[in-house]
Amino acid sequence: MNWTLFFVFVVVLCLLPVVWPDPYVLSVMGSAGIMIIAAISLNLLLGYTGQLSLGHAAFFGIGAYTSALMSLGFSIDLGFGLTWQVDAKPVWIAFLTAIVVTGFFGWLVGKLAFKVRGAYFVVITISFAQVMRMISLNWTDLTEGPMGLISIPALTLWVPGEGIISLTSKAAIYWLVLAIGILAYLLVAMLVNSRQGRAMIALRENETLATSVGIPVTYYLALATIISAAIAGAAGGLYSHTVRIIDPDVFLFIYTVTMVIMVIAGGKGTLGGPVIGGLIFGLMPELLRGVVGPEVQWVIYGVTMIAILLFLPRGLVPAFYDFIAWLRKPGTEQPRKSKSSLVQGAKS
Amino acid sequence: MDEIFQHIVNAMVLGSTYALLGIGLTIIFGIMRVVNFAHGELYTLGAYVAYGMVALLKLDFFSSILVAAAVGMLVGALIEFVFLRRKDLKNIDEVMLIMIGIMIVMQNLELLAWGGVAKIIPTPFSQEPISFGSISIAPTRLFVFGVAAILLFIFYLGIERTRFGLAIRATFQDQDAARIVGVNVKRIYTLTFALGSAMAAVAGALLAPMFVATPMMGDLASLKAFAIVILGGLGNLGGAALGGFLLAFIEEFGASYISSAYRDAFGFLVIIIVMLFRPQGLFSVKERVG
Repeated sequence: MNWTLFFVFVVVLCLLPVVWPDPYVLSVMGSAGIMIIAAISLNLLLGYTGQLSLGHAAFFGIGAYTSALMSLGFSIDLGFGLTWQVDAKPVWIAFLTAIVVTGFFGWLVGKLAFKVRGAYFVVITISFAQVMRMISLNWTDLTEGPMGLISIPALTLWVPGEGIISLTSKAAIYWLVLAIGILAYLLVAMLVNSRQGRAMIALRENETLATSVGIPVTYYLALATIISAAIAGAAGGLYSHTVRIIDPDVFLFIYTVTMVIMVIAGGKGTLGGPVIGGLIFGLMPELLRGVVGPEVQWVIYGVTMIAILLFLPRGLVPAFYDFIAWLRKPGTEQPRKSKSSLVQGAKS
Repeated sequence: MDEIFQHIVNAMVLGSTYALLGIGLTIIFGIMRVVNFAHGELYTLGAYVAYGMVALLKLDFFSSILVAAAVGMLVGALIEFVFLRRKDLKNIDEVMLIMIGIMIVMQNLELLAWGGVAKIIPTPFSQEPISFGSISIAPTRLFVFGVAAILLFIFYLGIERTRFGLAIRATFQDQDAARIVGVNVKRIYTLTFALGSAMAAVAGALLAPMFVATPMMGDLASLKAFAIVILGGLGNLGGAALGGFLLAFIEEFGASYISSAYRDAFGFLVIIIVMLFRPQGLFSVKERVG
C-alpha cells in the first residue's frame, strides 16, 4: 500500500468541507461514503476470500435496524404474557450494539453457508437477505413494517467548550462518515496484510492447497465473514443515524448489487478498489440526476458493469497500475539489461 | 377436508408453472454452469410480450403465448451469443456478475418501456369458476395447468427421445467426451440458453393472466426459480420439475395454515434449511460446484 498517496487522499477528503462548503455536495459525498464503507466490507469477502456474497444488504439492513431500534427503544412480545422491554439507549451504544449484532449474524451466515461454495453460497446469501426483508416487512410490532422507523436520533459528539452536540449538519455527517470509512479501510488493510489475511488469500487462490498446508479454512472464512458483516453493519448504523428514517427497502437486492458493482469496477482484492469504484458509482447517480431518469441511470450502471467485466475483468485500479507499469516499462528494463548480464543470460 | 383438496388444486396449478421456470433455469445451469440471474427478466419479458400482443396488436391469447416463446428464445440466444460466447464459463463469479448486469439492464428497459403500472392481461376465458363438487377452479388456471403439463411432457420427450436431446444429455454428462464424439458444444450452448429462456418466457406469459404483469415481478421469479432448482438439486431436470411442485405446495399450505404474510419467505427458509442438510438438493446425488 502506498502510504503517501493514502495520506494525500485523506487530507484532500478532510479539507473538502472547508474549501467547498456546499451542503449538497457534502450530503452526496456523505451518502456515497456510506456505500463505500459497505463496499469495503464486501471487498474483504469477495476480493480477499473469493466468496461472492449477494446478501450483503442483509448485514447493512440489520445494522441499520438494530442501531435504530436500540436508540429508539423497543419491546418484543415473547408470548406467555412476557415482554422483552428495551429502553432507548444512547446513540453510540446503539451503534456499537449494531456492529456486534451484525458480527454475530455474520458468524451465523458464515458458519452455516460455508458448508457450501460457489453458486450455492451465493444463493444462500440471497435467500438470507430475502428472509430478512420479509421479516422487516411483516414484523410490524417491531419494525413498523413498510412504514419504516422514523425520527431516529442523530449520532452525537462531545466537543470541548460546546458540550455534547448532535451531528446533524452536512459537514459533521461528512466528517463522521469519513472517519469511520478511514477506520474501516485501515482495519481491512491491516487484516489483509497480516497472517490471517494471507491465509484468506491462500484460500481464494487454492482452497485444497491451503487446507493441505494446515490452514483452517472454515475458521478463516468465518472470521472474514464476521468482520465483513460487522463493517457492513456499521455502514448500516451510520445510514440510519444520518438519514434518520429507514424502511425495509434497505434489504433490497439492488443495494447489494450497488456494493458489488463498486467492488468489481474498482478492482476486487485491492484496497483502493472499493474506494475508487465507490466514488465513481456513488457520485454517478447525482451527476446523472436531472439529465436522465432513474431507469436510464440503472441501464447505464448495468452496461458499465457488463463492459468492465468483459473488458477489464480485474477492475479499474489494477488496470491503472498495469498502465503505469506499461508507461514505465522501457525505462525500467533498460538499466537491468546493462547492469546484470546474469539475468540476461538466464533469460536467453 | 375439501379445503385441503382446494389447496392441492391451487398448488398443482402454481406448481406446473414453477416447474417450467425451474427447468429453464436448471437446464442452463446443468449444461453451461451459468447461474442465470436474468431468468426472472426473461419471465417478465414473456409476460409483457403476451400483454403487448393481446392488448396492443389485438392478437388472440393463444398465439401471443407462442410469440412470447419465440421472443424469449431469440433474446436468450442473443444473450448467449453476445455475452457468454467469448467468456471463460469456468469463471463462475464473473459470469454470474455479467448476468446480474444483464438483469439490471433488462429490468430497467422494461420499466422504461411499460411504466411502473401493473398490466392486466385479458384472456378469452370466463371469470366464472368451474366447480367439481366443492372444489372450484378458474378456467384460466385450468388452461395454464394444461399448457404447462403438455410443455413439460414435450420437454421430457424431447430430451429422452430425440437426437438433439441425446446431444444435450451427452453435454450434460461430460462436455469433453461429447465434443470428442462430434457434438457441437457451442451450438448446444446457444440452443440450451434459447430453450431455457423460452421456458421462462412461456411461464411468464402463462402466469401473468393469473396475477398481473409488473416490471419488478422478475426479482421474485428469479429467486423462486433458484429456490426450485436448489430444492431439486442444481442441474437436475427431474428435480427441478418436482422442486417446482414442492415449492408451490410449501407456499400454498404455509400461507393458509401458518401465515399468509410470510408466503414468499417460506421458499427461502426451505432453501436455507435444504442447503444446510442436503446441499446437493433433495433429489440429487452429491456434487460440489464452484
